[in-house]
Order: sequence, then structure tokens, then C-alpha cells
Amino acid sequence: MSEHIDSVKTYALVFAGLIFATIATTAVAFVDLGAFSVVAALVIAVCKMLLVALFFMHVRHSSKLTRLVLLGALMWLGILILMTLADFSTRGLIGVPGR
Amino acid sequence: MANHGPEETLALREQFDTVEQQKDASTLGMWIFLITEIMFFGGMFLAYTIYRSSYPGIFAISSSSLNVYIGAANTVVLLCSSFTMVLAVRSAQLGRQKAIIFNLILTLILGFIFLGVKAYEWNEKFVEHHVPGPGFHFVGIAQQGPSQLFFSLYFAMTGLHALHMVVGVGILTWLIVKARQGTFTAEYMTPVDVAGLYWHFVDIIWIFLFPLLYLIDRHLK
Repeated sequence: MSEHIDSVKTYALVFAGLIFATIATTAVAFVDLGAFSVVAALVIAVCKMLLVALFFMHVRHSSKLTRLVLLGALMWLGILILMTLADFSTRGLIGVPGR
Repeated sequence: MANHGPEETLALREQFDTVEQQKDASTLGMWIFLITEIMFFGGMFLAYTIYRSSYPGIFAISSSSLNVYIGAANTVVLLCSSFTMVLAVRSAQLGRQKAIIFNLILTLILGFIFLGVKAYEWNEKFVEHHVPGPGFHFVGIAQQGPSQLFFSLYFAMTGLHALHMVVGVGILTWLIVKARQGTFTAEYMTPVDVAGLYWHFVDIIWIFLFPLLYLIDRHLK
């Protein structure tokens, strides 16, 4: 990892991108996009997360094992969210016998 | 201290074969910890998702009472602190002692600014009676319950985030002391590197908290 030292210019560009995205997400919140405003907010947040993780947290230079562990983490988070939402959104769809 | 070989250094302890291996082990260990944190915060984001989908209108109205400009400014403060943190890590990689200390101090100051602004915002909530509990009152809506839910989530999530910031401030202080003693060199800068991972992680949590708490359907107002 210590072999890859990014330039200050790279970090400054990433930082500028993050500031721009913050302004963009704030501005877009004042526009009526209906149900898509949540999507827009989350897409921008995920982009910012990727910038921070890939550049500031050096994921793009990290070992394959670290990347694998990270993908595993996202999978677990996916299970947590999808399973819970699947339960919550389908409650009451089917009647319970005897109730 | 246990007896160890004369060649053992901070950069290479005896249980590791190479410096690279020791560094990778530390980084992986930190990532595993951060993953437990992701799952921990994930539960709160999930609770938020469920209650926001249950009461979208009231969440939007309640969210509008938060000051979006202060929130955005604080986001910028935190992003600046991440930038100075990454510069501190870079200085450590290059073994530039003074630059490490300078950037760590800047990060620490920005961290304090963030916490100060947060404290100001929380105080506003107390003044406005927007703190969940017997004194809660949100003017203009019939259902006070779901609005209390929003503010409970607001306080729990920003509170937990701020707690992580306080821990981060402690870590930064320790790093500055160590850096002044000349502990960190280009060969051994793992603590700076790993603390950087933690600090950026806390930044990422805020990156999600800001739009989800402050920016719900702002166009309605």
C-alpha cells in the first residue's frame, strides 16, 4: 500500500468533487422530482461514498482480501435491508388462519 | 515488555514475516471493525427507512424544520476535515513530520467546529420543543407521534454519529502527541493510516445522514 502515494492534486480533485456533490444534493432537494427525489439524494450520496472509499480510504490500492471483505459486508447489509423490508412490506398480504 | 529479538521494531513485530504483511493485517483488521460499524448504523438507517415510508408526509414536514444551510455547511466542514486527514496520511507516507502534525491539528480543529455546530443545532431543538418526550410540540400537524419518531431518529442517528466524532477527536489528539514524539516514519505510519480509515468512515455516515435527515422534499416549503 505504501508504494501507492497519490498526489495532492488527485486528492484536491476528489475533494472538489465532494463539495460539488454536496451543493448538487442540496440544490436538487428544492426541486420537485416526486418519488425520484429520494433516488437522486441516494445516488449522489453513493457517489460521494465511492469517492471517499476509493480515494481517501485507498480502496483502489487495497489488497484483494480487503476488497473481498468489503463486498461481503455490502452483501450482509443487503440481506439486513432486503429481508427486513420484504417482511415489513408484505405484512397483512395474506390472512392468518384463525385470526 | 516481553523479551523479543533485537531486530523487532514498531514497523515489524516478531509475529509477522514482512512489513507488508503487518500493514495488511492492520488495515484488514480496521476494515473488519468498520464493517461491524456499517451493520450497526445499518440497523438505524433501516428503522429510518421503514418509518419514513410509513409516514412520508410528516417526515417531510418535520425535516423542513431543520436548518438546511447549517447542515450543508457542516457537511462541507466534515469533508474539509477528511481532506486534511488524507493529507496527514500522505505526509506520514512520505515521512514529513511537520506536515503530519499540521494536518492532524487542522483535522482536529475542523472536527471541533463540526461538533460545535451540532451542539448549536441540538440546542435549537430544545428551544423549539422538538425534543421527543412530554414537552414535545410540533406546530401545525395533528399527529405528534410520527413527528416524535422523526426527531427520535434524528437525535439517535446524529447523536451516535457525534459520539463517533468525539472518539475520533480523542484518537486525533493521541496521534498528534505521538507524532510530536516522532513515532511515525515512512516505514511505520499504520496508526495514522488506520485512524484515517476511521475518520473517513465517520464522514461517509454523515454523507448519508445529511440528505436523509435534512433534505426530505424541501420543495414543499
